[in-house]
Amino acid sequence: MRQFFALLFRNRLAAAGAIVMAIVVVLALLTPVLPLADPDVTNTGDRFIRPFSDGHLLGTDHLGRDLLSRLLWGTRLSLAVGFAAALIAATIGSAIGIIAGYFGGRTDNIIMRGVDMLMAFPYILLALAIVAALGPGLFNALIAVAAVNVPFFARNIRGITVSIAHKEFVDAARLSGMGDMRIILSEVLPNVIPVIVIAMSTTIGWMILETAGLSFLGLGSQPPQADLGSMLGEARSALITNPHTSIVPGAMILVIVMAINLLGDGIRDALDPRLKSGALSRPKPATLVDKNRTEMPPGDPEALLSIRDLRTEFRIKDKIYKAVGGVDLSVRPGECLGIIGESGSGKSVTALSVMGLVSSPPGIITAGSVAFKGEELVGASYKTLRAYRGDRVAYIFQDPLATLHPLFRIGDQLTEAITSHHAIPKKEANQRAIELLRAVRIPNAESRAKSFPHELSGGMRQRVGIAMALANDPDVIIADEPTTALDVTVQAQILALLNDLRRERGLAIIFITHDFGVVAQLCDRVAVMYAGRIVEEGDSADILGNPVHPYTSRLMACVPELGGGKRELEAIPGLPPVVNNLPAGCAFAERCANRQPQCTNQEIELIGTGSRSVRCLFPEKSLVEDRELQ
Amino acid sequence: MAGYIFKRLLSAIPVLFGITLIVFLIMAMIPGDPATAILGSYATPENVAKLNRDLGLDAPLWQRYFIWLGNMLQGDFGRSFALNRPVLDEVIERFNATLILAGTAFILCSLLGVIAGVVSAARQYGFADKAITFAVLLGISIPSFFLGMMMVLLFAVNLKWLPVSGMYAIYGGGDLPDLIRHLIMPATALSVVAIGVIARLSRSAMLEVLRQDFIRTARAKGVHEFGVIWRHALKAAMVSIIPVLGIQAGFVLSGAVYIEMVFQWPGVGRMLVDAILKRDILLVQGGVVFVAACYVLFNIIVDVAQSMLDPRIKT
Repeated sequence: MRQFFALLFRNRLAAAGAIVMAIVVVLALLTPVLPLADPDVTNTGDRFIRPFSDGHLLGTDHLGRDLLSRLLWGTRLSLAVGFAAALIAATIGSAIGIIAGYFGGRTDNIIMRGVDMLMAFPYILLALAIVAALGPGLFNALIAVAAVNVPFFARNIRGITVSIAHKEFVDAARLSGMGDMRIILSEVLPNVIPVIVIAMSTTIGWMILETAGLSFLGLGSQPPQADLGSMLGEARSALITNPHTSIVPGAMILVIVMAINLLGDGIRDALDPRLKSGALSRPKPATLVDKNRTEMPPGDPEALLSIRDLRTEFRIKDKIYKAVGGVDLSVRPGECLGIIGESGSGKSVTALSVMGLVSSPPGIITAGSVAFKGEELVGASYKTLRAYRGDRVAYIFQDPLATLHPLFRIGDQLTEAITSHHAIPKKEANQRAIELLRAVRIPNAESRAKSFPHELSGGMRQRVGIAMALANDPDVIIADEPTTALDVTVQAQILALLNDLRRERGLAIIFITHDFGVVAQLCDRVAVMYAGRIVEEGDSADILGNPVHPYTSRLMACVPELGGGKRELEAIPGLPPVVNNLPAGCAFAERCANRQPQCTNQEIELIGTGSRSVRCLFPEKSLVEDRELQ
Repeated sequence: MAGYIFKRLLSAIPVLFGITLIVFLIMAMIPGDPATAILGSYATPENVAKLNRDLGLDAPLWQRYFIWLGNMLQGDFGRSFALNRPVLDEVIERFNATLILAGTAFILCSLLGVIAGVVSAARQYGFADKAITFAVLLGISIPSFFLGMMMVLLFAVNLKWLPVSGMYAIYGGGDLPDLIRHLIMPATALSVVAIGVIARLSRSAMLEVLRQDFIRTARAKGVHEFGVIWRHALKAAMVSIIPVLGIQAGFVLSGAVYIEMVFQWPGVGRMLVDAILKRDILLVQGGVVFVAACYVLFNIIVDVAQSMLDPRIKT
């Protein structure tokens, strides 16, 4: 609760709303004891006195009545009516909602049908009908406004009640023999009241506005009694000659409703946990790059794509998650590089950083270099990045149901990939799209192009994802776990397809996976990642046959072997470290069987010769003597 | 698609019945004797009894409902005693004027609201976002009738750019430019609150969509940011914006009542208020049923639009 108020008042607008509202309420409460003129005493000799004159701070109206006094009395009346209407609507509406939600079944059905009917009306029609039946008057207007808002409460509260009515404590109460009425009062109601109060606070502004509206139409408060709405309504005929009589009550309504809205927004924001975590931020077109980063000269000039000392962080509130902590990688034309690691090891973030696709905020690239054919991409302009995206460097993502646009036909999505980079006629692009679908072995490509993603199977969707990546004959494809969401036979087909395409077109592929089987089948080289760093790298056959880093060998021990039989499957004890608080030295030390004190008190380099390197002081015993490593 | 439209039309029938029933029950709450209400307290008992018989008011409640309903289904909404003409004629004539006003305001608020929301989301926390957020807050807080009055003061009285009120100029008016000149202020005043609500909702719908994976895919393809926002993100966001447009149409229609009073617009809202003050019950009853029915039909159009946008909805 205290945290709630702290949050609410950190929002300066909400605080301002609260203060203004408090002042208005205090003034309204004090009105009877303030030294004011009688609001209803007419004095036609003093009509339409301008504001700021002696004796009449806000002037007088068309009957010479003191406007300040009428304003305060009117405010008092408007607030009282709005609050009463909100209270009545909340009470009746909640009662209906609780009954419908608690008893469910037919009761619920009948009640909610009625509520839906009432909501089929534009609210004013209902209010007008009620006032027409009961006759004009403030009390009848109040009833009309309350009645119009009953369905809103009934529907909201029913929803909450349904979720409570099946909780254990309600069942327990029922089993202990309590009657329905007692259960509702003692078990359900206390849990629903906070929701009712919040719903009331958000509608009270509306209620004030609606009753003021009815009074403005002449259907609410009747002379001489006046709320803000009828003051405005009476002043309307003198609008042109004496606008101050309209502006005074109108501005008051504006101030009250605005203060309530500010306060309501503040309450809503303070209660919404997503706003605190920054989860509602819009990701920028390209990942932010730290301006104060230490720049790196690009790595391996012969490589197609070379990554050097790449560091990508997520900054969420005051925590910094170092998702990628200095990664070096390179891939040559026609080569397939695997990146393997557990979830959260930083392999996807590494891949997304290449083209600046890490969501930002909260992501930010803080150091390093990514070079495509020698051109630096970290810190490059959006224009440069966009020109490369999908044209020279293309992505294939996991879970094609979420990664394809649900409302566009797949043919159009493919066409767009082409036309984003090449100004060719639509017809030609369509033709090319169909060829692409054929290239990824989709049957009936012409008719399939007209399908929406949800009409295809998972395997077909992934083929579309691959077709999209191939659209502009890229040099590099970065495939982020493209087969994880698929079943095994489909997975094999997709891998075979990728392999064929690679050989046909001389593509370089960076393949991210957590599956050693995939690495064995497809990759020439593999890099093993742990906690945002590469711990071992080398030719895949070499690494699969001869893992050197304790993590790699433990990871491989987790893989079941088909028909291989008697080996014991071992899970790695413990969990990967949280990357906002990495231990010094080796991040794997905590879970490592070979750990020595040296492991955790110094930075450990990735060292190696030739094609193999490892980041470990005490690699697996059998390989320490391996000449290649020394 | 045709099947879906037919199905939705069919499902509207019970709602329409419900509406007539609700209106009828509300009108049955009228305290005292409607005939006395119509004839005034000086009427002779014979006249009251005769009118009661003529109006069928001596029959039991449920019979009266079905008679009233049956007459309405045959296009007979009764006669307005104050205007001495058939209710339906009057309502349709007035509803035309309201439709011009509310329809313009609805188009305005849909376009401007969505555009403001998208710009606001695309520039989240930037200057444009803050300016729009502030304008939206002001817009949803100002009573439309007060805004209308202030506009009259500024644009009609002080600047003399636009006519003060009415739908056509009394002398020499009647053509389209004349109508548009008269329409600008009331339509704007009517749309302001809805613009605010729609902008707010569009902003949050866009922010929700912009975090989705398919937006990342669009960016990875190299789609220009303009296309990412206005084509990919907006199309997906429309799925949650369209139902709100339907709800806002109801609010625009409601607000039209106030705006028609401020600008002396000869619409159905002003007709209803006048009828209430004159206790012309049949006119109120017929007007409410007619407008509510139109609103229900409009919501079917909204549903159909939604199903055309989103192929995942089973039609």
